[in-house]
Amino acid sequence: MNRREWLAGTAALTAAGCARSDKPLVFWGMGREGEVAQELLQGFTQETGLAVQVEQLPWTAAHEKLLTAFAGDATPDVAQLGNTWVAELAALNALEPLTPWIAGFDHGDYFSGIWATNEIDGQLLGLPWYVDTRLLFYRSDLLAQVGWREAPRSWAEWMRCMAALAAGPVQRPLLLPSNEFEPLLALALQQDDRLLKDGDTRGNFSSPGFRRALGFYLDLMRRGFAPLQSNQEISNLWHEFAKGTFAFYISGPWNIGEFRRRLPAAFQGQWTTAALPGPNGPGASIAGGASLAMFRRSRAKPAAWKLIEYLSRPAVQGRFYELTGSLPPREKSWALPLLAADAQARAFREQLGRARPVPPVPEWERIMQEMQLFAAHAAHDGTPVDATVTALDKSVDVMLEKRRWMRSRT
Amino acid sequence: MSGRIGTRIAPRFSPRFGPRLGRQELAAWSFALPALSVIGLFFMLPVATGLALSLTDFDLYALASLKNLRFVGIDNYITVLQRPLFWKALGNTLYFVAVGVPLSVGLSLLFAVALQSKLVRFKPVLRTALFSPVVATLVAVAVIWRYLLHTRYGLINEGLVALGFSPVDWLGDPHWSMPAIILFAAWKNFGGNMIIFIAALQAIPEDLYEAARLDGAKTWAQFRHITLPGLAPTLLMVSILTIAGYFQLFAEPYVMTQGGPLESTKSVLYLMFEDGFKWWNLGQASALAFVLFAIIVAFSRGLLWLTRRLGVEA
Repeated sequence: MNRREWLAGTAALTAAGCARSDKPLVFWGMGREGEVAQELLQGFTQETGLAVQVEQLPWTAAHEKLLTAFAGDATPDVAQLGNTWVAELAALNALEPLTPWIAGFDHGDYFSGIWATNEIDGQLLGLPWYVDTRLLFYRSDLLAQVGWREAPRSWAEWMRCMAALAAGPVQRPLLLPSNEFEPLLALALQQDDRLLKDGDTRGNFSSPGFRRALGFYLDLMRRGFAPLQSNQEISNLWHEFAKGTFAFYISGPWNIGEFRRRLPAAFQGQWTTAALPGPNGPGASIAGGASLAMFRRSRAKPAAWKLIEYLSRPAVQGRFYELTGSLPPREKSWALPLLAADAQARAFREQLGRARPVPPVPEWERIMQEMQLFAAHAAHDGTPVDATVTALDKSVDVMLEKRRWMRSRT
Repeated sequence: MSGRIGTRIAPRFSPRFGPRLGRQELAAWSFALPALSVIGLFFMLPVATGLALSLTDFDLYALASLKNLRFVGIDNYITVLQRPLFWKALGNTLYFVAVGVPLSVGLSLLFAVALQSKLVRFKPVLRTALFSPVVATLVAVAVIWRYLLHTRYGLINEGLVALGFSPVDWLGDPHWSMPAIILFAAWKNFGGNMIIFIAALQAIPEDLYEAARLDGAKTWAQFRHITLPGLAPTLLMVSILTIAGYFQLFAEPYVMTQGGPLESTKSVLYLMFEDGFKWWNLGQASALAFVLFAIIVAFSRGLLWLTRRLGVEA
């Protein structure tokens, strides 16, 4: 019996088992996605006769809940995972590799940067569900006032454009909250140097690439183009954007919907999106988003795979986009008229082609926050780039000590 | 964990009955046993487990498989003491305790004495109003305080501007975030101690004040020589409890600032929470817990010693 036959056999057996026990599949969704999953999955139940129990978790508690569920042997069949968590759950050996399951599934049209975030040591552990990257939201009317018909495309152009804005209509043209790590991470991913080295067991923040990114980031604040503040001090981002307190903001796809919904119709022609400027021309950005993952302890894996497959269909993803504004991770879904016609979403499509994954290590979330903290300190105290990156590497090396020990054993 | 200061240990065998367990002792033990087993199960056992955990490097990898667990001895403690962030968090916590405790206890005392005064009307209403922050949900009042403290639209800054000061970026400026948290915590907590002080004030005999007045003592002299000595044991207890409580600063920064800006409001307990439940380094977090425990015990002991030196009876 080969693997496919064996899988099909188990599928039939489990399906029969399911029908008898009537136990619904358990799906964990987070935040807004969890809310709409119920509606999305009605079609799945009609089609397959499989009942699904959707459990919603708030994003803020989801990470802890997943870890405690693993410790307490209470993991669901399928869950939505932020794609930086895949490595963490992979380290726990909690996820079922999807490589055998995707054999009959056409996946050639997934964006490669996003796909890569789900591959750990050659195993596919999650199927991208929606994508999230960061790019520029900008006030096209204010840029036009200072003679820029198009958004700047390179760092140098961006600086020039901001200098013109700062001398004219917007004193501090860029909003760069000191507690958001995404802008600096995106700038760092535009470089050729990797963020970790030696098999992802040591920090590589003193590489020329990261120095360049951090230098540029700090320059934005030292030249006064971005105010030194955290996002806690902006009470209403959308309102301040409309007022012209700032002209550039680096953010993700959900804000397309927010800007459309929260700002008056008359204002809608005055803003749009553009690719994130890179060192020389349009640059790379973060490959973020969420994936669908199957848990190793699931008793209904074939049914769980069916659920994942259903949620990955272009038509279902189109509906998902309508409900939440979450952008699909595959070319076929982008071909839907709904998305193909949307100019502001198209900028994201273009940016996604240049999205790059972060190092797939369980410690990444912590490393990322440390990186932002060091950068914020440097921005506040004027610590030079050299001292900052050396200290950051040292701190990251301590975090990765256990990983080095694990590596040395195998 | 630290509220208990001294425990009395009963002699195991009473000399009258010799080393054999008499009926009375058996009865005594059987009465104590349910409570002891609960304390053992829910207090002693977790503490012992925590201590054992602090000697290992239990983390995410160890959660996956116990083969990834290493016994590291006191390495965690050394790491904690070498971390700049620990010292920063300890500094923040000491700042909070050093300013927050006197402010909070002082407010409690001030309002308790004011409420005892014969000149004040509507005492029950005032007492309820002043006590209400203690029973209000922390998260709900924190949200309101965040509005009050808002840089551009907050009531507090509007007041400052009206008085001719420049507005303060309370929760965004690393220099002002801790004062803002202290103000909030003092306002939230002074009511509880105020009630204790009121009870203690009522226990001071009125004739002492009458005698003092006959001797010509003014209000301040009465406060200094009657009220304060009368309150001394209560003051000591309230101070120790408040110090122990304030060392465990967590909820206020968690809700108001998430430890920021630039870690200016990150307390030792907050650091421990992050290590343990955000990053899942339970070994290091446990070591941190014991370090914090030692610090609180040292401070409470120090305070007791100081008051004994000053001749106050506790």
